[in-house]
Amino acid sequence: MKNRSLISITDYSKDEYLKILDLAEEFEKKPTQNILGDYVVATLFFEPSTRTRLSFESAASRLGAKVIGFSDATSSSVSKGESLKDTILTVCSYSDIIVMRHPREGSARFASEVASVPVINAGDGGNQHPTQCLLDLYSIRKTQGKLDGLNVAFVGDLKYGRTVHSNVMALCNFNTTFHLVSPTELKLPSYVKMHIKNSNLEYYQYTDLADVMPVADIVYMTRIQRERFSDPIEYEKVKNAYILTASMLAGCKPNMRVLHPLPRVNEITEDVDNTSQAYYFQQALNGVYVRQALLASILGVK
Amino acid sequence: MNNDNIRKELVVSAIENGTVIDHLPAGSVFRVVKMLNLEGTDKQITVGINLDSHKYGKKGIIKVANKFFESEDVNKISLIAPSATLIVIKDYKVVEKRNVEIPDEIRKFVKCVNPNCVTNHQNIATRFSVIDKKDLKLQCHYCEKITGKNTIDIL
Repeated sequence: MKNRSLISITDYSKDEYLKILDLAEEFEKKPTQNILGDYVVATLFFEPSTRTRLSFESAASRLGAKVIGFSDATSSSVSKGESLKDTILTVCSYSDIIVMRHPREGSARFASEVASVPVINAGDGGNQHPTQCLLDLYSIRKTQGKLDGLNVAFVGDLKYGRTVHSNVMALCNFNTTFHLVSPTELKLPSYVKMHIKNSNLEYYQYTDLADVMPVADIVYMTRIQRERFSDPIEYEKVKNAYILTASMLAGCKPNMRVLHPLPRVNEITEDVDNTSQAYYFQQALNGVYVRQALLASILGVK
Repeated sequence: MNNDNIRKELVVSAIENGTVIDHLPAGSVFRVVKMLNLEGTDKQITVGINLDSHKYGKKGIIKVANKFFESEDVNKISLIAPSATLIVIKDYKVVEKRNVEIPDEIRKFVKCVNPNCVTNHQNIATRFSVIDKKDLKLQCHYCEKITGKNTIDIL
């Protein structure tokens, strides 16, 4: 993986996912290691995302790397009208690796083509966010002890949720059975379902969250956003239908864990936080280990 | 020679050497001229529109003297003229005749359907993989969204 950019989850193979997860496990055991002392990591956040940026910066700092960058396009030369290409070319001469988030879809792929250093995509609009996907795989493996042959339920906005799309694509490598719970308007797009079919795996679609509770090993919750609906009445009808409460966990499997990419709004009630099923806060912490693993292997240190 | 061919000879003169692009949908001729970048050339070009065709009713034809296209160049016109035939003429004789084929990759000529795609906001040449040739579907190399038959916008 040395010097290879990570733009889409499909850029890496199954073996490479597993290599990153194994390495992340190592960093979980020993998070502070001074192995990137000679490196400069640039974090270019053309739109704010405090959570992702801090997670990357924490990962880099724990490995001894220097971090440079900006957290908002208004505080950079972009606000003076500089092209993305020029910004990337300039930053390349100051750093050994670029982590970037940008509101335009495809911007990270373009950056990786003009950059002389590897690029990690930390989210390009609604397109890809591969490090979120890898930390989700890490969380699934950690809570279930394996990745193969699990029943994974995705709940909420399956149409626009990029994390759902990447996770489905990645899990197609692991003999997963998919349980897709969403309002009819927000069903998983057909090209993603085609990916499941082409992998000879099965998926089931539901509109009622309660239906998947007895079968799921993982319940992956996502937020339903008002702006996704053209008809506000449709939003009002479904907005409370996909809220997970502690009482709904009654019939679930003991190994079942609830994941959520965060931030949550109301789709998981706070009474779930204290159950043994809640895993979303540990999930966020796992992001640091996975990002440490990515920085170390792309810079060729591990 | 049947009557149809004789009449065509009269309307659009034969060329000694060069390329004939035949069986174009009548409405696509000017776009094909633009796509093949023929507007700026000094070659002799004959264009016919709304010619009678047994197969298609009305058709268009473009003859370019002393010009031989690279396959890749001509294949891109399949996006708007899938029925087009390419005829290579040398010394008034047909030396090659084939249908255009949809290529595996298309660069520059198509606009990405996604308004939030980076190619619609920065100075970047578009690039697509053709993921379905029968029911034309192009996947953007950058934003990964799919531009379909009905949303194709030729730049």
